[in-house]
Amino acid sequence: MAISLPLSDSIPLSDAPPRGTERGPEPPLGRRIATFLGTRSGKIGVGLLCILWTIPTVGLFVSSFRPANKILTTGWWTVVRHPQFTLANYRDVWSTTGGTSLGQYFFNTVKITVPATFIPIVIAALAAYALSWMDFKGRDWVFVGVVALMVVPIQMAMVPLLSLINQGAHLTISGHTFTLFVIPGVKGSVVSVWIAHTCFALPLAIFLLKNFVQALPRDLIEAARIDGASHLVIFTRVVLPLAVPALASLAIFQFLWVWNDFLVATVFGPSDLKPLTWKLNDLVGTKGTEWQRLTAGAFISMIVPLGVFFSLQRYFVRGLTAGAVKG
Amino acid sequence: MAAVLFEKASRIYPGSPHPAVDNLDLQIDDGEFLVLVGPSGCGKSTTLRMLAGLEPIDGGSVFIGTTDVTMLPPRERDIAMVFQSYALYPHMTVGENIGFHLKVKRLPKDEIKKRVLQAAEILDLVPYLERKPAKLSGGQRQRVAMGRAIVRQPQVFLMDEPLSNLDAKLRVSTRTQIAALQRRLGVTTVYVTHDQVEAMTMGDRVAVLRDGILQQCATPRDLFTRPLNTFVAGFIGSPSMNMLPCVVDGDLGRFGTLQLPLTPSQRTALTTDKVTIGVRPEALKMASSDDETKGLAVTILTVEELGSDAFLYCTPVDHPQMSVVARAEGLSSARPGSTVMLVPDLAALHVFDTATGDRLAE
Repeated sequence: MAISLPLSDSIPLSDAPPRGTERGPEPPLGRRIATFLGTRSGKIGVGLLCILWTIPTVGLFVSSFRPANKILTTGWWTVVRHPQFTLANYRDVWSTTGGTSLGQYFFNTVKITVPATFIPIVIAALAAYALSWMDFKGRDWVFVGVVALMVVPIQMAMVPLLSLINQGAHLTISGHTFTLFVIPGVKGSVVSVWIAHTCFALPLAIFLLKNFVQALPRDLIEAARIDGASHLVIFTRVVLPLAVPALASLAIFQFLWVWNDFLVATVFGPSDLKPLTWKLNDLVGTKGTEWQRLTAGAFISMIVPLGVFFSLQRYFVRGLTAGAVKG
Repeated sequence: MAAVLFEKASRIYPGSPHPAVDNLDLQIDDGEFLVLVGPSGCGKSTTLRMLAGLEPIDGGSVFIGTTDVTMLPPRERDIAMVFQSYALYPHMTVGENIGFHLKVKRLPKDEIKKRVLQAAEILDLVPYLERKPAKLSGGQRQRVAMGRAIVRQPQVFLMDEPLSNLDAKLRVSTRTQIAALQRRLGVTTVYVTHDQVEAMTMGDRVAVLRDGILQQCATPRDLFTRPLNTFVAGFIGSPSMNMLPCVVDGDLGRFGTLQLPLTPSQRTALTTDKVTIGVRPEALKMASSDDETKGLAVTILTVEELGSDAFLYCTPVDHPQMSVVARAEGLSSARPGSTVMLVPDLAALHVFDTATGDRLAE
């Protein structure tokens, strides 16, 4: 952990009863589960579950290295007795000459995903600070409104958002049409995908970050105010460094979601910037029999999310509980 | 450095019918160490936060020096505050914590370094400048919080129970260090505590608050010898002053076998025939022989032996529902269960009107 958060030692919890004194006749479910997972049979059970859940991925991975004719005729588990591997599938899907040139689509996805992860997190962090530590009228109602937006399904908002981005907002009153605003130069560019992803991500992002930022000790923010810091300085120098776990876990969520997204990029994106997921679907659609390419392509698309997850997983677990339990 | 003035300052929390601080008039002189003391919920922290600018002021005004700061945000008030929780920035080193204000003010780097080092030297923090707060002991964290305040050379220091998270021994030594440091720097200081020992030992003057209302603001000595009402009398001093509810009989207040004289002016100032006479435990002495007639007959319940002296927790024979505390010589011969006579020092009586609770002057 780059930043150990000693928040709990710097806050006197004198009002809280000492731990364990309020233990009822039966420990809470969470602790019972934790106790069970610590036992031998618990560990074996978890291990079995892990193996079970990993089998399809292992199958995909093994298949991606098998020759095309073998994939179509025998199961992947036969490699145990008749090992036969090739890199031809990967060469085939990645190459630009005659192959499917997944490489180009891979970079399309990167081009979509990185800003579509970064932008909503920046906006959400600013919103979380404002909703937690700035006093203004109707603050709670803004937050309630944002949370309420989480229930809007993406499929329902998609067409209105598309027309808003492409044509702008217009108001027609008794035959006269007024243009409220248009977003110039966005139509059919990658920016519209970024905007769409940002819009769909913000409610949850604001909700998660607000809960975390609000749980920072009040004294800390007040100390910074007395030290002469403006809101911007408090945000950048105090709140952001302390919110790193929450920001990181949110980044993982959003990154995985955008990387694996098919719908938003297909609907909003320009035709020359189709993502990896679109190409994978295309592989199945046009070459339904070429399983060897699909397996290799699928594995290429998985590599980055796996890497992101494993490098940031320590934040992931912390971040999940970040809003609920402080420290 | 500057004087501080509260003028009819009030703070009413939204949704609360009673003001947390009610029409506070308080003048703090330049360089003075003023302690705000009172039970929890009395408004002492709110008063401090109003001065800091962390709490809006709903009525009246607050001045620092000649500036009306009532509407100013904290960063324009030139004050430094030490929080009860210390509120150190956990992601910054000790040096960065101390220098944060200077950095925000965009002072040149070597100037910041110089002043942080000076502050660290005063507080013996030089070896820890590169550490994070999590790696410090409670006492060291407390000193970092102090360092963050003194490095600023502000108009006023504000301290909100800065010692309450330290263990008892460290608290006593830090107490004297803070008081000495304040005298050396000469910065006007407002210090909040609920601990009356801290209040009495540290403050030039002590302001006692109760339910948002200032009860008395005086030197520790005056507070102890001339409390203005029963609340202050009971709050200051440990163990608390004995409050004897007396019935007025001519020029005397009677409590059981005890008869205490009232002056004519006290007699005329009384609104009813009930008077409360306060006697501190140290002004109650065990009578050497039982033939003392003016004493109070009590039964000793427990003896709290401290070595240097002993406190006798007694119940008057005629008022078994009350309790009275008296101080005796250390290693006292008094035994629980025995009945003794307690004789008050008539020069150290505090007479209060039972109806109003106010002190009746001699």
